[in-house]
Amino acid sequence: MSAQRIVVVGAGASGLSAAWWLARAGASVTVLDKGLVGWEASGRNGGGCSHYQSPLFKEEQRLWPQMDELLGYPTEFSPERIVMAVTPRQLEQYHYIAQMNNRLGHRVDLLDASQVREAVPLAGDNCLGGIHYRFGGHANPHRTVQAYAWALQDLGGRIVQHSPVTGFQTAGGKVTAVESTSGTYECDAVAIAAGPQTGALAVQLGIDLPLAAARAEMIVTEPAPMMKLGGVDGNGLYGRQTLRGNLAYGGGPHEWVEFGELGPATKPSTPLTRNLARRLAELLPGAAHLNVIRSWAGVIEMTPDGRPVIDRRENVTLCTMSGVGFGLSPASGHAISDLVLNGRCSFTDIDKLGLSRFDGIEADWREQRGWLAL
Amino acid sequence: MTARKIDPHAIDGKFPAPTTRYAVVVIGAGEAGCAAAVAAAQGGASVLLVDENPVSGSAIGNDVPWFFGARATTAVGNSGRMIETVFTNMPWLEAAIEAGVELQLGVCAWGVYRNGPLVGSLPGQVVGLADAERSWLVGFDRLVLATGARDLALPFPGWNQPGVMGAAALRMLVERYEAFAGRRLVILGSHDLGLETALLAHAKGLEVVAVLEVRGAPQGDPALLDQVKAAGIAIQCGVHPVEVQGGIDGVERLVLSDGSTLTCDSVVLAIGLVPMIELHDALNGARTFDPMRGGHIPQPDGAISAVGLCAGLPDTGFDHAAYRFDWLGALGGACGGDTIVCQCEEMTLADLTGVQPPRYLDRPPALQQRSLKTLLADGPANQDQIKRLTRTGMGQCQGRRCRDAVAMILAVESGTELSALPLATHRAPVRPLPLRIIADWEESEEMRTGWDVWMGIPTQWVPYADIGTPYEEENRRVLGGAMAL
Ligand SMILES: Cc1cc2nc3c(=O)[nH]c(=O)nc-3n(C[C@H](O)[C@H](O)[C@H](O)COP(=O)(O)OP(=O)(O)OC[C@H]3O[C@@H](n4cnc5c(N)ncnc54)[C@H](O)[C@@H]3O)c2cc1C
Repeated sequence: MSAQRIVVVGAGASGLSAAWWLARAGASVTVLDKGLVGWEASGRNGGGCSHYQSPLFKEEQRLWPQMDELLGYPTEFSPERIVMAVTPRQLEQYHYIAQMNNRLGHRVDLLDASQVREAVPLAGDNCLGGIHYRFGGHANPHRTVQAYAWALQDLGGRIVQHSPVTGFQTAGGKVTAVESTSGTYECDAVAIAAGPQTGALAVQLGIDLPLAAARAEMIVTEPAPMMKLGGVDGNGLYGRQTLRGNLAYGGGPHEWVEFGELGPATKPSTPLTRNLARRLAELLPGAAHLNVIRSWAGVIEMTPDGRPVIDRRENVTLCTMSGVGFGLSPASGHAISDLVLNGRCSFTDIDKLGLSRFDGIEADWREQRGWLAL
Repeated sequence: MTARKIDPHAIDGKFPAPTTRYAVVVIGAGEAGCAAAVAAAQGGASVLLVDENPVSGSAIGNDVPWFFGARATTAVGNSGRMIETVFTNMPWLEAAIEAGVELQLGVCAWGVYRNGPLVGSLPGQVVGLADAERSWLVGFDRLVLATGARDLALPFPGWNQPGVMGAAALRMLVERYEAFAGRRLVILGSHDLGLETALLAHAKGLEVVAVLEVRGAPQGDPALLDQVKAAGIAIQCGVHPVEVQGGIDGVERLVLSDGSTLTCDSVVLAIGLVPMIELHDALNGARTFDPMRGGHIPQPDGAISAVGLCAGLPDTGFDHAAYRFDWLGALGGACGGDTIVCQCEEMTLADLTGVQPPRYLDRPPALQQRSLKTLLADGPANQDQIKRLTRTGMGQCQGRRCRDAVAMILAVESGTELSALPLATHRAPVRPLPLRIIADWEESEEMRTGWDVWMGIPTQWVPYADIGTPYEEENRRVLGGAMAL
């Protein structure tokens, strides 16, 4: 039997990882993207990979330390994280998170202020303590998406950039071909991992996938002296010290947005840069003199309960990650590949990521949540 | 009608209106900006005119915004004195003050914001300003960009040594700051810019060792050429530098393609100027590419316009783009794979064309097989993509030194017209600013209370194993509904 022909829609972290897993399993894979590899959220995020809440967590944790070797290209994965408090309320919340994780069997240590300052030399006198995740970590989104893409190509997979998917051909309820501006691609199965566009594409196949989109922003500074551990969060921020030394941080209010089928042409940032800078200067007073050199924005895909969807209908597998998709990508790709090829996830129970949880959702679910664009 | 429900962790209503606003804000107090400010004020408008000069010593050290090449004297460290000096050397500003324009020197504009696609949360149009102490936002009805033009730098062996600098930087240091540390100059380029630079240096008592021209004959306006000749300045044609030699203070000698050597302490790149459109581009303003006017130039729209060199170099019938490529070809021919292209990130020409990461990473075998060529097989060249992979242009100066050269190199290597290559994006802050300065220390109460690390959706971070158990309720109670940290 010749290899199954699979078309993956979307060359973000989810689609590329899925394509790579599929190619590893021997499928003949074509990835279509409307733009460049990893140009959307997958190349604009905080790089965090510590999603203890998710059913994909164990697989995420198992895979990240091996990804460079498996892919053959660097991802800049760096293990573990510290979350440090500068207010009593934050400390209380972090301690709760530590205790919750320990209950679930994920080791988190409590740190007093001096232990934090030792691990995070940029911390200041205002630090009240913190917690140390003995799991998780962070990676470089730019390098990771390109690593997936190159690893896929090395296995014979194909990536067609600048090729928006415009429709599907079906027969007997199954997708037989995917139509795009670069041509029509016949397939035995399709995986749609088109980020915020996943809902609009699913609708074309008669599948309801309620999805909203929000803009979120980050800033980055010039390099700081390297810290022992680069994944340092807290004070309302998530972020990391890159292996080059830069501090890249995000957090704070998002803006619900609306855009056409092909997504927004540009992703402007706003004066939120100043609010992020303030919190970073509070979190790491030793870095307050460092220059902010850039800000950027990205679009986050979001389902009504803030949790991802990975599910299959007929020969269509759908994936949208609700803003936690970068870190989970090694595992989400594995799950997607399993669903595409075998109809079920081989390594964990992903029922709670199923689409049916939104059956019968009110038409005005966005209004009800205040998730309408301004 | 019931009120629209608002997500408490969304941005809605969290940006306060700026406390100051003007009918017209002009960025850049050169003669063009000043004239625009005066005209607006005479028409009765409230006008703010800001200029980033004098910029701080540390900005100068980072070649922001011009390519200063470490040739400023220590005088630039005394900001109080510098403001006086700069003001004295901008005599046209008297007219602005008389016309009632509010003038602020030493104030940079680092971002312009307005509502549009993907942003609807701003209280009108604002420009972000900063001085050495703090940053703030100012509202405006009309914004005039008069930011001038920056230096085009092209790499060649040794161009990263102190003393290799740009013509606009030299003019600033000599004319406005009175703080130029060099004495013996070689000037690259004999078009108007090169000739004017030579005349300026000569008039200020500096020694111009030679003007070098890559083409077979001088390129500038004949009248300027006559003045240069009258001043006794040598122009050498059909020749270009192949290497800078120097010591700990930087440039000492320049080795030329004909094998000769010139003794000098500064090498001034006067090959071209690039309209400084960062603010316009960061706002995603419309622009066009005009080879006769220095490259990408802004297209005015209702509220935002450009004047002076920022709007494009004067069209004298000279094809700047073709001229720059002639220089790139010659200087590029002198480069080896190990010639630094991006000074901030220490990336070489071989790193760039090999699409390799910086040296803090290993380069596994598969990675070494990758290159610009393999990347081009996937799609058209994109400078931002190559920046993400190589870090070229990703450093402290945000590509002020290398972005134009890299764009030209990519155009050549990929066989793309420069005009067709997507412009590497500029983003705010378009001037590097310390965290403590760009920070908003007076943010709104709404911002503080509504802040959440990530989306503020209570169900998002509840461990799936806890869903439907009493832990779910506990999680919400203790964490306050979300990661409202
Ligand atoms: C500022 C920010 C910070 C973040 N921080 C983190 C973090 O620290 N950790 C974490 O895990 N997650 C983080 N996220 C979320 C994470 O980036 C996303 O969840 C993840 O990248 C989603 O990946 P994806 O591949 O599913 O979607 P995307 O990256 O959106 O990729 C979808 C792809 O589909 C393509 N596409 C869309 N429509 C079509 C079409 N019609 N035809 C062809 N192609 C199409 C798009 O061009 C795109 O390339 C962050 C997000 C943002 C914006």
